[in-house]
Amino acid sequence: MEATIAPEHDEHATTTGLDHRKMLMWAFLGSDCMFFGSLIATYLIYRGQSLRGPFPYEVFDIPYTSVSAFVLLMSSLTMVLALGAIQRGDERRLRIWLIATAVLGSVFLGGQVYEFTLFVSEGVTLKTNLFGTTFFVLTGFHGAHVTVGVFMLLTLVGASYAGKVKQHQSINVELVGLYWHFVDIVWIVIFTVVYLVEAPAIEAAKAAVGH
Amino acid sequence: MSHANEHDSSHPSPSRYVAIAGILAVITAIEVWIVYQDYLNDVMIPLLILLSIGKFALVVMYFMHLKFDSKLFSILFVGGLLLTIGVLTALFALFSRVYFA
Amino acid sequence: MATGTQSGGILARPTSIDGVWGWITTVDAKRIGMMYITTSILFFLWGGIQALIVRTQLSHPGAEFVSPDTYNSMFTMHALTMIFLAIMPMSVGFFNLVVPLQIGARDVAFPRMNALSYWVYLFGGILLSMGWLVGEAASAGWFAYAPLTESAYAANRGMDFYVLGLLVLGTSSMAGAFNFIVTIINLRAPGMSFFKLPVFVWMTFLTSILLVTAFPVITVALIELMFDRYLGANFFIASQGGDPLLWQHLFWVFGHPEVYILILPAMGIVSEVLPTFARKPLFGYSVIIFSGIVIGVMGWMVWSHHMFTVGLGTVAVGVFTVTTMLIAVPTGVKVFSWMATLWKGSIALTTANLYSIGFIALFVIGGLSGVSHAMSSSDFQQHETYYVIAHIHYVLFGGSIMALFSGLYYWYPKFTGRMMDERYGKVQFWMLFAGMNICFGPMHWVGMDGMPRRIYTYASNMGWDFWNMISTIGAFILGFSILLLLHNLVRSLKKGEIADGDPWDGRTLEWSIPSPAPHYNFARIPTVTDRDDWWARKYATGDDGITRPVPQGGAYGHGEEDVDVHSIHLPDPSYWPLVTAIGMALMGGGFAFHLAITVVGALIMTVGIYGWAFEPVNEPSDDH
Repeated sequence: MEATIAPEHDEHATTTGLDHRKMLMWAFLGSDCMFFGSLIATYLIYRGQSLRGPFPYEVFDIPYTSVSAFVLLMSSLTMVLALGAIQRGDERRLRIWLIATAVLGSVFLGGQVYEFTLFVSEGVTLKTNLFGTTFFVLTGFHGAHVTVGVFMLLTLVGASYAGKVKQHQSINVELVGLYWHFVDIVWIVIFTVVYLVEAPAIEAAKAAVGH
Repeated sequence: MSHANEHDSSHPSPSRYVAIAGILAVITAIEVWIVYQDYLNDVMIPLLILLSIGKFALVVMYFMHLKFDSKLFSILFVGGLLLTIGVLTALFALFSRVYFA
Repeated sequence: MATGTQSGGILARPTSIDGVWGWITTVDAKRIGMMYITTSILFFLWGGIQALIVRTQLSHPGAEFVSPDTYNSMFTMHALTMIFLAIMPMSVGFFNLVVPLQIGARDVAFPRMNALSYWVYLFGGILLSMGWLVGEAASAGWFAYAPLTESAYAANRGMDFYVLGLLVLGTSSMAGAFNFIVTIINLRAPGMSFFKLPVFVWMTFLTSILLVTAFPVITVALIELMFDRYLGANFFIASQGGDPLLWQHLFWVFGHPEVYILILPAMGIVSEVLPTFARKPLFGYSVIIFSGIVIGVMGWMVWSHHMFTVGLGTVAVGVFTVTTMLIAVPTGVKVFSWMATLWKGSIALTTANLYSIGFIALFVIGGLSGVSHAMSSSDFQQHETYYVIAHIHYVLFGGSIMALFSGLYYWYPKFTGRMMDERYGKVQFWMLFAGMNICFGPMHWVGMDGMPRRIYTYASNMGWDFWNMISTIGAFILGFSILLLLHNLVRSLKKGEIADGDPWDGRTLEWSIPSPAPHYNFARIPTVTDRDDWWARKYATGDDGITRPVPQGGAYGHGEEDVDVHSIHLPDPSYWPLVTAIGMALMGGGFAFHLAITVVGALIMTVGIYGWAFEPVNEPSDDH
């Protein structure tokens, strides 16, 4: 009996024509909304409920945090430029923009670490009150997500230097990019509902002290 | 690998992305400006929500390319997002400290 | 991704699927499915033993079979074992075995992540159960209400194993669910549109969506509890302004979708079994699918019915009463559709069918007690009594387990190439059915008579003595019937009647291939034109309304003889999923023992992930 017929001509075809991994990443990001949503819900439910200080308006520095928010936003720009580069086949620019993204992400993280240590020195820790508990866990997990992102970016840079990220493999950069942008949009939400909303209270406290 | 169909429609150019990044920076600056204006305190929250939604949408639609990609990806992501917003709203209502008679 | 052999690898990527190493490195959904089912049956037995200990302690008033603390751990771990280590994994086992075949695919979208899901389940299950080994099993109930679970009241490591075990298991469930979401969207055979999918595949899809949206919420709750216990955070500490009710809400926001996660796959199985043994299409296919979607969506709107008595306020209680009563509607629709499927069918009372029909009866009873819970005023009486335990077990045992056992009898031939013994099966079924009702039936009225849950003993003048003894007898009958099932499963492997590819004259694609299923599933991926496509290939209904076999039917055009099966390229085996899983388990477990273990685990996991990401694909010419 001759075995003449090949099973099917394209073993990698998908029903929708879409890449499995890209679909997985979008499904994951949809699910991660529920993760951060639950942490944000906890923060907002407990907002104003701390039995003792320090309170947010005593420690937040809005201008400082605005700069770090800006840094993270710009890192999304460099990320998308990195993707554009590899989609055009420009491996050198890919690496430049990826490194820039990783640097900006690291600056953000450095800013977070500085802010956290400052808060601790001002008496806000996980244990102090509800504000400390909810703030550090929410922003801490966001920071952990950013850290994982930086590792992924640096891995891509290394892989690119090893010649493993070619134009036809740009999907890998795209996937890391999607994750990175998501981490940025979570910060957009956190910056607004955690930091910005405290500005009136910060101003009121300053006025009360007579600044 | 079957990723060929993913760039059907127009694809923003690098300068377009820089422009969007500029808009994001401007919106952020406006948000920071708003919170320091006493006379806007009453409308601060709705304004911030709107502006943040704007930033969120710009990043998702353009940087994450969702506007130009398959609707299926939008369903997967927006589905999770809507569910999150729904559950959060319900939780806020349940923990609301405005008591009914 | 590099191609070619051994570049970037430490050990070469495995090529062979033979022997023990072949199973350890498998990425084949069928093997993974069998591993899930076997492991889940073992955990089911363990959960059953814990139940029998509970029932023994309650068999008469003032018993001292176990201490109060041990008793608390028994019912806690019984629930955790049954829910997370038995029912869910058995369902996932069927997802793995059946879904790729039913959609006409060769495997799932992410075979290595599939293997990871299994290994993390195994290790997570061991971690969750590890409390028993160190004499400190969780004892605060499966729902672990704060503040009982805080360090001040639950100082021993039992709660740590609870938190860490569930966190690890959550990743397994989510990874598996993401896999099936992508698989079902993206690997359907040509012509297999969404509304031609078998109902089991739809239910897998909906369950997977629930899994990936609900688990993040309990992950957050567990993280918050963990931070309270280990790092002195204040999430649920009332003295710092924290609200223990937040735990309850977060838990049940997860917990209610979780019960639909437990029942939807079962409903899917029943929706496959009944039409096959009635030799009729499923009645109301679209309506059943639509009801499943409605249940999935509404499942997010009812969670506080688990909290009616905590003081939510009239408005909240009223809202959740209404939503909970409404969710009974789509469920009822499904029940009527199943009954209509059987109506005027040419019914064969095989063991698989008996289990599915038994499911309908018992699940309806469980549903009725559920509707009485929905009415918040009656729930105030029923809450925390044995009435709730009756409800739970009628829907989870009479529902999920019955359907899963139906699936075992139904699909056993496809994966082992042998039939389970039918006569033995029927004896086993009736004994199980009797035992189940004798055990859980009386709990309805004992509960209404005021017997509380979660008490290790009761006084003899409460009027509960007789029925508790009856329940215990029922439990042992039930336990014995499970031993018979086990015997049937094991014995049939060697002694069962040889099965051909289509022993039931089935309707869906899995019956179009030989038994046991070949490694590559389909010699040639079929092109689908109908719902119940396999049935449509075999039979046609003429103008006279009579269904006759199609001449030369039962084939998709090319049999195995024509296709060069050796050139079918399948995903290569890999050891990285196991390595990564070991790392993840150590990361979790380390928090209960020594942080050094966590650090080592994190390193192993990282190595595993990088090894996985850069693993070469073997040359296609390698031996499969």
